[in-house]
Amino acid sequence: MSAREILTSVCYLVASFLFLLGLRGLTHPDSARRGTMYAALGMLLGVVGTLVQAGIVRYELIGVGLVVGTIIGIPMGLKIPMTKMPERIALSHSFGGLAVALVGTAHYWHGHGTLDRFNMGATGFEVFMGAITFTGSLMAFGKLQGLLPGKPTTFPMQNFLTLGTILAIVSLAVFLVVKPDAPVAVFYTMLGLSFLAGVLLVLPIGGADMPVVICLLNSYAGLAAAASGFVFSNNVLIICGALDGGSGFILAMIMSKAMNRSFANVLFGAFGADTPAGVKPGGAKAAAVNEATVEDAADVLKSSGSMIVVPGYGMAVAQAQHAVRDLANLMEKNGTRVRYGIHPVAGRMPGHMNVLLAEANIPYEQLFDLDQINDDFVSTDVVLVVGANDVVNPAAKNTPGSPIYGMPVFNCDQAKSVIVLKRSMNPGFAGIENELFVHPRTMMVFGDAKQTLTKMSAALKEH
Amino acid sequence: MSLLASGGTPLSTVFFGLYIFMLAAFLGFQVISKVPALLHTPLMAFTNAISGISLVASLVAAGGEQFDVAAVLGCVAVTAATINVVGGFLITDRMLKMFRKKGGDKA
Repeated sequence: MSAREILTSVCYLVASFLFLLGLRGLTHPDSARRGTMYAALGMLLGVVGTLVQAGIVRYELIGVGLVVGTIIGIPMGLKIPMTKMPERIALSHSFGGLAVALVGTAHYWHGHGTLDRFNMGATGFEVFMGAITFTGSLMAFGKLQGLLPGKPTTFPMQNFLTLGTILAIVSLAVFLVVKPDAPVAVFYTMLGLSFLAGVLLVLPIGGADMPVVICLLNSYAGLAAAASGFVFSNNVLIICGALDGGSGFILAMIMSKAMNRSFANVLFGAFGADTPAGVKPGGAKAAAVNEATVEDAADVLKSSGSMIVVPGYGMAVAQAQHAVRDLANLMEKNGTRVRYGIHPVAGRMPGHMNVLLAEANIPYEQLFDLDQINDDFVSTDVVLVVGANDVVNPAAKNTPGSPIYGMPVFNCDQAKSVIVLKRSMNPGFAGIENELFVHPRTMMVFGDAKQTLTKMSAALKEH
Repeated sequence: MSLLASGGTPLSTVFFGLYIFMLAAFLGFQVISKVPALLHTPLMAFTNAISGISLVASLVAAGGEQFDVAAVLGCVAVTAATINVVGGFLITDRMLKMFRKKGGDKA
């Protein structure tokens, strides 16, 4: 080993350790920032260790990439509002996928004809995962951002087309492994089909299923990076890829468990059998809704000794987290105990609600997971539902025919009273009626959540 | 055996990589299971930032001797990976700064 090679290896070794240390830091809010710093230091070492390599002789293109990437990266890190976090994460998954797909393609472009079977297989897997992550994440971004319809887009024979495309990719990849010096068209067809597969996979997925999809794409981005580690026999790439892939996979499992669905059902479920049969959206029950004024709701809040706030995606849409905090502060001054119940799939990505509430300066000790708080609803005076729907729907417990039956939900109906802030009586994403909204102890307050909360705070102050 | 490794990569290298992958995945699984739901969004931003390690491979692709198609692809890859590294670490820290305890202590 030359001195340069030793320097590179030492940099990579220390970087890998720092990444692990950083990840461990994230297991507690107190140590998380320090952990991020360790990992950033690890990244710097990784880059330095690479730049000293003998193989790198030209620096112009590297310089251009680093400067342009930094200029775009800084506003992506500092300017994007917290409510846009799912969009932001989806977009960065697409960048990760693109980088890996391009690196793999560049490797093939140089190495065509000289790649051995193992290297060809790893490169094929690398560009497949990278390309599918790239277009899949762009689709997810488009749906979250409202550039594409958020509802599932379906057409006849869709599943066959998707599975057929993946089958074709696998066949071409196998062919390349058997015959690594096959015409380049084979490789580029596989690349093109992989881009197509990402689009097809995310097309039929609706907004409420986004948490699972974002996690899966996170996992794919990691596996793609790990594959490129095999291509270049680079251990730090393999390690980071494995950590990233593992993390996305764990989160995807947590998310799909919280929806009581399988991956297959999320990915291919927007078809036929899963359409809720006999459940009419906005049915006759609408008449029984107990619509309340802001003042009525404020009276209930005033006389409550304990409150649990259940936020949902509607809170993010209305950007109502600061208004929630203002109301909670007033209630706490009144002597009310305020806590927050956060469902794993509330919002559009894991932990979405926690970040928004933290942004509004709500102490994290007041934020509780579903399991931690669900037994306390029975002894709670008032539940304030802010833009949540499916995660508070008792049908998940009581109605075996419901599409969300079996999904763990908050026991809102056990509390003494429930106040639901909602834009209108339109059913939630799943298109199913919510019994909670017609429950005798539920008050519905319609309107923009942010405005309603501000009015409630004003009404509380008056008394 | 010779069927798989015909041409270049020694089989021992392949297995060495697989060992690394297995151990890292297992360790990652253990550590990540302990990350509280509270921090799941920062976790995603964090893993996104470290997956920018593909920058390492992009640099090699962009910095080779020839100025050709592959080098240009490498340049775009460097840009994309750098966005993730810079933006990823900045946003992770920005989020983590917001998590505070009662009484105003920032985490």
